[in-house]
Formats: sequence, C-alpha cells, structure tokens
Amino acid sequence: MPLITENNFFEPGKRYFREFSPGDEFYEALLEAHQNLTDEQSAQLNARLILLLANHIGDIAVLREAMRLAREDI
Amino acid sequence: MLNTYRYPKFEYRTPPEMAAPGRKGHYPVVVVGAGPVGLGTAIDLAIQGVPVLLLDNDNTVSIGSRGVCYAKRALEIMDRLGCGQALVDKGVSWQVGRTFFRDQEVYSFNLCPQPDHHRPGMINLQQYHLEERLVARAGQLSNIDLRWNNNVVSVAAGDNGATLSVETPDGFYSVSCDWLIAADGARSHVRKLLGLDIEGRVFMDRFLIADVVMQADFPPERWFWFDPPFHPGQSVLLHRQADNVWRIDFQLGWDCDPEEEKKPENVIPRVRAMLGDDRPFELEWVSVYTFQCRRMRSFRHGPVFFIGDSAHQVSPFGARGANSGFQDHDNLAWKLKLVIDGKAPDRLLDTYSEERGFAADENILNSTRSTDFITPKSKVSLLFRNAVLGLAGKHAFARALVNSGRLSVPSYLTQSRLNTADEAPFSGAMVPGAPMDDAPILGPDGNAWLLGALGNRFQLLYFVDDAAAIDGRTAVALGSLADDAVPVEPLVVARSGVAPSGLKTLIDVAGRIAERYDATAGTAYLARPDQHVAARWRSFDPLKVRQSVAVATCNAVPVTMEAQ
Repeated sequence: MPLITENNFFEPGKRYFREFSPGDEFYEALLEAHQNLTDEQSAQLNARLILLLANHIGDIAVLREAMRLAREDI
Repeated sequence: MLNTYRYPKFEYRTPPEMAAPGRKGHYPVVVVGAGPVGLGTAIDLAIQGVPVLLLDNDNTVSIGSRGVCYAKRALEIMDRLGCGQALVDKGVSWQVGRTFFRDQEVYSFNLCPQPDHHRPGMINLQQYHLEERLVARAGQLSNIDLRWNNNVVSVAAGDNGATLSVETPDGFYSVSCDWLIAADGARSHVRKLLGLDIEGRVFMDRFLIADVVMQADFPPERWFWFDPPFHPGQSVLLHRQADNVWRIDFQLGWDCDPEEEKKPENVIPRVRAMLGDDRPFELEWVSVYTFQCRRMRSFRHGPVFFIGDSAHQVSPFGARGANSGFQDHDNLAWKLKLVIDGKAPDRLLDTYSEERGFAADENILNSTRSTDFITPKSKVSLLFRNAVLGLAGKHAFARALVNSGRLSVPSYLTQSRLNTADEAPFSGAMVPGAPMDDAPILGPDGNAWLLGALGNRFQLLYFVDDAAAIDGRTAVALGSLADDAVPVEPLVVARSGVAPSGLKTLIDVAGRIAERYDATAGTAYLARPDQHVAARWRSFDPLKVRQSVAVATCNAVPVTMEAQ
C-alpha cells in the first residue's frame, strides 16, 4: 500500500459532522501528550512515538517513502 | 481618526413607572442589554407574540467595530427574525479563506462549497451596522419596549420571577418580571449582582485591531498569515468590512505594552509594512484585546437565563461569539413561548442550558484548538505547528491540520433529550438534532428557500413525488396536526403537483431537499421551531409525530414515572 497523504484521521464508532474535527482531535491529543515535558523530554517522546508508529505501519517501503517526504525542503 | 460612521443617539424617554409614581411595572420577560444578542432575543420573543421589556444602559450602538463576521446560520436566524436581507445588503459576503505561511499560500477553504444555499458562508459587517439594523427591526414591533439609558443596578431572583432596580436620568424605579434574560455581555452585571461564577481559561496573548479605510481591490476573502515577512514571528488576519473599512488583526504577544501599541505612531508603521508604501489608508479604529474561553456551568438559574457572552466566551478565532449568541436565543425563544403559554412544562427550559451548553463546549473546544495552533505555547508545539505549515504546501493531510480558526457553524444537537431516535436508516447529515439544511423551493409565492418556509412553529415535512396524488385519509391526518395543543403545520414537499385540502406544497425544484435529507416518497421530518430536526421516519404515522412533539416539548411522560 502506498503512503497515504490525504486526510486520514478518524476514530472508530465516532461520527464527525465537520471535516476538520478528526484532524483537530488528533492534533490536540498530540500536544496534550507533550504537556509539562521539558524540551529534552519532548524530543524523547517524539522519538518513541515514531518508533511505535513505524512498527505499527510495518511496511518498510511506506516508511522509506515517509522518511523521504519528511526530509524534503529541510 | 477617520469616521465613516455617525453614531445614532437613541432617545431616552421617561419610563411609565416614573411618570406615574407608585406604579410598579410587571412584565412577562425583561431582557437586559441591547447588544446584538439582546436585540435578537427581544425580536425573537416579540415575533412569537411574547411582549418584552428591553433595557440598555447606553443610548447608542456598539462604539468601534467589535464583532465583524456573521455566519450563514446567524443570517438564517436573522431571516427568521425578518432582518437578514438588510444585513446581507450592507455586509460583505464571502466564502473563501486563504492561509499563508511566511510568503507562501499553504491552504484555502470554502465555507460553503455546496451550491443552492440562500445565504453565503459568512458576511463581514461592523457591529454598529448590525446593531443599527436590529434596533430598526425592533422598532417595527409594537410589543418591544426598548428603553435606552436604563441601567440595572440590582436584581433579586426568586421562585416566581425577578425584581430589578433600574437607574435612569430621572432617578430609580423598580420592575418585576416572570423571566429575566441577561444579555449584558462578557462582564455581565446581572451575573455579578446574582453572585454567579463563570469559569475557564485566560490566554496569555494580546492582539491589536486596526480598522483602516482604504481603496483596495482585494477579493472579499479572509486572509490569514502565520509568521509573515511584514510581522515576523506572529500572526495577522485581514477582513474586508462595509464602506471600504478593512479589519487588520495583529498578534502582539503577551509582553507588549497595550497603551503604547495603540498609539497611531506605532500602529501606522505596522499597517504600512503590510500594505506597502504606496497604498493610502486612514485609521478608523484601534484597540488591543486579550481573551478568555469560559462558560457558566448552567445558563439557567431559576427564572434567570444567561445568553450570549454573559453565559460563555470564546477566543475570536472562528467568529463563534455573537454567532453562538444568536443561536442561543434561537433555542430559547420558542421554549419560553411554550412555557409562558402553558403548553410545555418548566423543565423544557432546562434543555436551553443543556443544548446550548453542549454548543458552548463545542465552540470553546474549537476556538481553544485554533488558539493553540495560532499561538503555540511551547517549543514543541511551535515545532509541530511549523512542521504542519511546511508540509501543507504539498500534502493534503497537513492542509487539513492547518488551523487558522474553524469558523462558526451550528452544533448538531445529537445528544439532546428532545430528539426522537431514528427507527429506520438514513444517510446524510440531517440526523435528529441537526440544524436543517437550506435548499431552493418553488412555493405558493414563487421561487424561494426551504428555510424561509420553516420556523417559529413545529412543522412536518412530508415527502411525496406527486402532491396531487395524496389520498384523502392522509390529507386529513396531516391537516389534523395543525389543531393540536402544540400545533404542527404540515408541509408537503413534492417533485410536482399541488396537495389537496389546502395543504401547503413546496416543490423541490432542484432536487436538493430530497438529496440533503435523504428523503424518499413517504419520508416525514418533524422540524422544531428553531429549524432543527426533532424526528424523522420513512412513513407518516400521526401517532408517532404526536409522540415526538411531546418528547420535543418535554410533555412526554418520563419512562421512570410510568414504572412507578
């Protein structure tokens, strides 16, 4: 499966009436996960998060594609 | 500073209570505060036949341009009040918002991409123009007693109503009322006099508003910049208003000196940096503001209702302030009318606080999320914010995360106890509790709009292919709904034909009603007086309609009581 770059956020069993809501919900949860952490702790959390999500995705071709896109324009 | 607007001076008249000493006035409803929401509340009650005493401590409209954006749903409510067109005529209609990161456009949205809606996604209009038009509308209604320079100085509320002491240029007088509605704004005096709390979060940021007058041919769109070259590290928002007045909103940060920032010699260079050297402009209005997101736990305290900013406040990103205030009275007025008329029990009024509290939570949630995106509070949130903006140029998912304000849209009251749950499957968004979608119709008076035919009473939309083919028994059953204690006006929605027995027929000319409501022949929708779906079925059963009207008015016998 190719890397999904369309808006893909949802929560099973939850109905959203506004297109922006699921993405906003994710983003809020992400910032909450970082709440009250020092910059160093936040960097550590980000690294752990990437590793957890990478394993969940599993498909290394997809991960390579994500890494490539993330590096663009940096 | 320049003035494109002359403030009207409304005339103070000696209240009848003062003209005849010893006379104590009693009113069914007193509304405190003739701002946008207080005026809307008074007009809403008045057109439903409830006389209103409306008190305001001033004698003119809002000084300076405060609220600017009025959303589609607010305009639909104003249409129901009979003054939507006057607002749209004066305002600047827009649908498209563009978001820039540094010097690149990264994202744009269209508030109402669907065709065939009467009202645009939003209009921009200075608050004083809006208030002036609402005052004019209130003046057409003989059952509104609008008193300028009447300042409420004390309030006592009990089980049977409230009494107020009012200060005027002639001295003090007192009035009593069955119901008191506090529409007196964020710093509500009534709330303070009653010793009630409002809780929430203060945001540590300041914003500069500059309303400038200039000739510019920019399209009528909302433009928002993150970290633009002309105001590095902060955000800027541009809106076009009526009479060539443009609203520019500069984020300043918490550490600035608001008094210094307000001085024209400091404002003008900021505006010039944005507009360039060769565009002439003049300052119309400047202010510095901070904001909070907070709400009262309950919007009802016995005979007292809090409405608009007195009950709940949000950050301005999303225009969810005045817009939600209009939705408050949209929700309250019909309920109060039914209770005053003895057609619904007092507990129906508790659902005002439940439903609008749900909406306030949604507004606070959305405007808080916008604020957290626009003004990141930590290094890591700035990192993510800029990563989203950096990816947004190329990737759709990141565009969806760009949050420069989620503009006011009405809540789907899916949790409301006034709803009847679906028995049969429907697709689309018109679930019980949904604010009803507009669509074109051909009605008895020609081409019109569905929402123009709805409101101020319960109505049943009954869908058929050919209205003329409705059988006699169904026609009688539909017609009989109008004779109930809580009357339901039947409306036949058809592809063609005219319904028998004088039933009102709306032709779904563009097919949009059937599409938006997932309606097939036989489908019936029960609409509340505030244009929300109460219930829907795949076939018409008058017993079920009556049961759902009872549920929607709190007249249904609670299940727990049956069990006893």
